[in-house]
Amino acid sequence: MRKSTAAMIVLAGGLVLLLLEVVHGVWRNGADAPARGERAELVRALGLSDLALFTEARYTRHPTQADLFTPFQDAPLSLEHFPTGSLIAPPRDFGPSGRFATEQEK
Amino acid sequence: MRHWLARQRYLVDFTLAALLRRKGRNLMLLFIYTLVIFILASVTFFGSALRHEARTVLKGAPEVTVQNLVMGRHAMAPPEWVEKLKKVRGARRVEGRLWGYFYDKANGANYTVMVPSQYDRRNALQDGETIIGAGIARVRDVRRIGHLFLLSPKGKLMKLKVKRILPETSELVSADLVLMSRGDFLRFFDLPQNGGYTDIAMQVRNRNEVTKIVEKISKMLPTARVITRDDVLRTYENVFSWREGVVLAMLSAALVAFAIFAFDKASGLSAEERREIGILKAVGWETSDILAMKLWEGGLVSLFAFIFGVAAAYAHVFLFDAGVLAPVLKGWSVLYPQFSLTPQVDRLQLATLAFVTVIPFTAATLVPIWKAAITDPDVVMR
Repeated sequence: MRKSTAAMIVLAGGLVLLLLEVVHGVWRNGADAPARGERAELVRALGLSDLALFTEARYTRHPTQADLFTPFQDAPLSLEHFPTGSLIAPPRDFGPSGRFATEQEK
Repeated sequence: MRHWLARQRYLVDFTLAALLRRKGRNLMLLFIYTLVIFILASVTFFGSALRHEARTVLKGAPEVTVQNLVMGRHAMAPPEWVEKLKKVRGARRVEGRLWGYFYDKANGANYTVMVPSQYDRRNALQDGETIIGAGIARVRDVRRIGHLFLLSPKGKLMKLKVKRILPETSELVSADLVLMSRGDFLRFFDLPQNGGYTDIAMQVRNRNEVTKIVEKISKMLPTARVITRDDVLRTYENVFSWREGVVLAMLSAALVAFAIFAFDKASGLSAEERREIGILKAVGWETSDILAMKLWEGGLVSLFAFIFGVAAAYAHVFLFDAGVLAPVLKGWSVLYPQFSLTPQVDRLQLATLAFVTVIPFTAATLVPIWKAAITDPDVVMR
């Protein structure tokens, strides 16, 4: 077999793999819909505000409920020491009292 | 057209034969290239699926949450705030909530202890009962015992009958939840009967009025901090983005290493390659032929790395639950939710990934070759 034919077969195989993954994605989206609905219902019923992804500290468990200096308030001059803090950046316009207003906003 | 296709096939044949002559080096490059794309695509897939999950699931979060701040720290909201907030025009269902954190010395995990809403009939609890998340059931072996024993912060042992374990499919939002009755909660944390609430949740009649209502609350209760549902959703827009934080730090070393490797491979032509170009030109190859051959080389390597890197990343994140990324996510927490993400692919991010990897690599291959190819064969071969 010519080398170009072999290369094209391998690449076509890769593309078929990608296509199968697209089909898998569509199928999983349909199959997961009831579980997602259940989660959404639980969030509504209990009034939850966050994903339970990082449970090591209160400001990583509920990043939406923590103000921006919470990570640094355990002790004066303390630095944030949980690695999770660098996975979630606070949104720039986080809540009216979540940060200091700039001169223009005053 | 046929002629053109046949010509391209010969060029591909020749390129592959040239690549195979330096098998070790090229296979190493291909492996690293695929690995870099695999890591980047994994983070992209994971982040976009997580963001999508947060967007769809947290749609039901309270529209407005009011917290009390004292000296810059979160404090209990006084009970009279609930009455005040009920009077705000446009407010619907204002409810003081009790919830807090509990560090379980038995296993070093943190729990979120919560009193279910009085409107929530399904999760209503009597004193002495609890509903817990599946994560806690796992770390405390509750399924076998049927009870949850907690040592309160004051050192009193509390025995709670497990009424129900929240479904495993909802672990992403509930892994660390301990629901208990109001009476049990106050006893457990040794709180006074009318000591106030952790925060106050509020529904709003007309969603367009949220900003106005937030303004009114801020005026009425100057020490209050108001968090809207949009704030909640925006927070998760930033989660696990590959352009940020630890992920970028983790990747930057790999990216720099790849850049150096690719640059060395692509731009630093070896004497042997230079000679090869000289010979090709001497036997009658045009500059354009040499460029086309090298374009095929860069294109094939990039395409191969991209297709297989992305396919492996998809399998890693959505079929094997992101095993490689999980330790980063787990951080220092003991209690970690087990969850499978529903596939969500951000096409724009994927296109960006293709753009920042495939195009620079192909371009880096072309420039030095073009330089060598326009030089006189005699000079190149010498």
